[in-house]
Amino acid sequence: MATEHAEKALTPTEYIQHHLTFNAQGVKGNTDLQGFWTLHVDTFATSVVLGLVVMLLIWLVARKAQSGVPTKAQAFVELVFGFIDDQVKNIFHGNRHAFIAPAALTVFMWVLVMNAMDFLPVDWVAGAASLIGGPHTNWRPVPTSDVNTTFALALSVWILMIFFAIKVKGLGGWIHEIFCSPFGSPSFKAPKSIGGAIGLLASPLLFLANFAFNMIEYISKPLSHSLRLFGNMYAGEVIFMLIGMLAASSIVGAAAGAIMGAGWAIFHILIVALQAFIFMMMTVVYLSMAHESH
Amino acid sequence: MNINLTLIAQAVAFAILIWFTVKYVWPPLLNAIETRQKEIADGLAAASEGRSALEVAAKKSEITLNEAKQKASEIIGQAEKRATQIVEEAKGNAKEEGERILASAKAEIDQELNRAKEGLRAQVSSLAVAGAEKILRKEIDAKAHSDMLAKLAAEL
Repeated sequence: MATEHAEKALTPTEYIQHHLTFNAQGVKGNTDLQGFWTLHVDTFATSVVLGLVVMLLIWLVARKAQSGVPTKAQAFVELVFGFIDDQVKNIFHGNRHAFIAPAALTVFMWVLVMNAMDFLPVDWVAGAASLIGGPHTNWRPVPTSDVNTTFALALSVWILMIFFAIKVKGLGGWIHEIFCSPFGSPSFKAPKSIGGAIGLLASPLLFLANFAFNMIEYISKPLSHSLRLFGNMYAGEVIFMLIGMLAASSIVGAAAGAIMGAGWAIFHILIVALQAFIFMMMTVVYLSMAHESH
Repeated sequence: MNINLTLIAQAVAFAILIWFTVKYVWPPLLNAIETRQKEIADGLAAASEGRSALEVAAKKSEITLNEAKQKASEIIGQAEKRATQIVEEAKGNAKEEGERILASAKAEIDQELNRAKEGLRAQVSSLAVAGAEKILRKEIDAKAHSDMLAKLAAEL
């Protein structure tokens, strides 16, 4: 497929750019496809279809789940269920079945299938897109290599985090925690010495330190959560493209590209599963941290 | 790397997927697995219970068997005793009966003997008288000596 592009005298930069451009559509009369009112149709459609397919498949099995001898499909779904449930049980010590464990299942399965789109050869996807939508139709197959997806997930988790923190500790308790942990709150007892008086005067600085610390935590959590996944998947995609370009260079390059492509794809199986797992684990860790008071 | 509406759309999709899983996917799976776990636990408990019940029953049956054996031997012993008793009784009865028969026979014999003696006595006296009569026909008066002979006969 890459050779097709070469015939059209596509430069490497153009090749990469073509593969890294979203199928963006303007909303509300947005025509320059910049700014907020733009929708990445490829990211959105792929992720929604994948999410629906995987969760509906699991639902079809779960709907007929029986306590007797399970079918093979049910055994497989129960395997996934048990895996997620065990992980959540080790981290979260509340009623995990009410929300956190099913949410973890959703996150894991959805991110896993979205990551797995990376296994589709990039040029096949681009070729299919140009066959259906005409030439120069962009279609990026991996929703998790779109920062919008990873931020959407991470920010949803972030909002849930704050929601659970307030739900468990109360609004007052949550605000108290932001200003009084992790360094503790000053005591306003009458000082017994000059040093004590200076300490008392300086002690409100503790509020500031606590607040700054918590703000850094609240900002870094969604960033590290989302950018880790995004970075891994984006890099994986780019490397596939570089291998594709090598394969398009010559016959020797094609042979080398085939071997390297196979190697990277095999290694990528690990990355795809591992990143989905890490994303799920961090979701569970953040949400259970929100339940614990300091 | 531009943040746009896609983020909101993805977040909404995410929320719907989570809601769907929480509501429709997780509970039936959890229910099925927990029910199975309970069934297995119950089955294991019932099995061990059955095993101990079997042990108790085996012990009980052994005890019952022993009791039955003891009773049987007791009954046999009693029966033997009773049999001996009956035999002894029968022996006693037979002996008694024999003695009784013997005694009555003896009595009868005595009676016969006495009767014979009486007869003999009468015959001896009459024979003696007849003999004496024959010997002493002439010189002895039968009437004078009959009293004496009667006395003699009584002494026999």
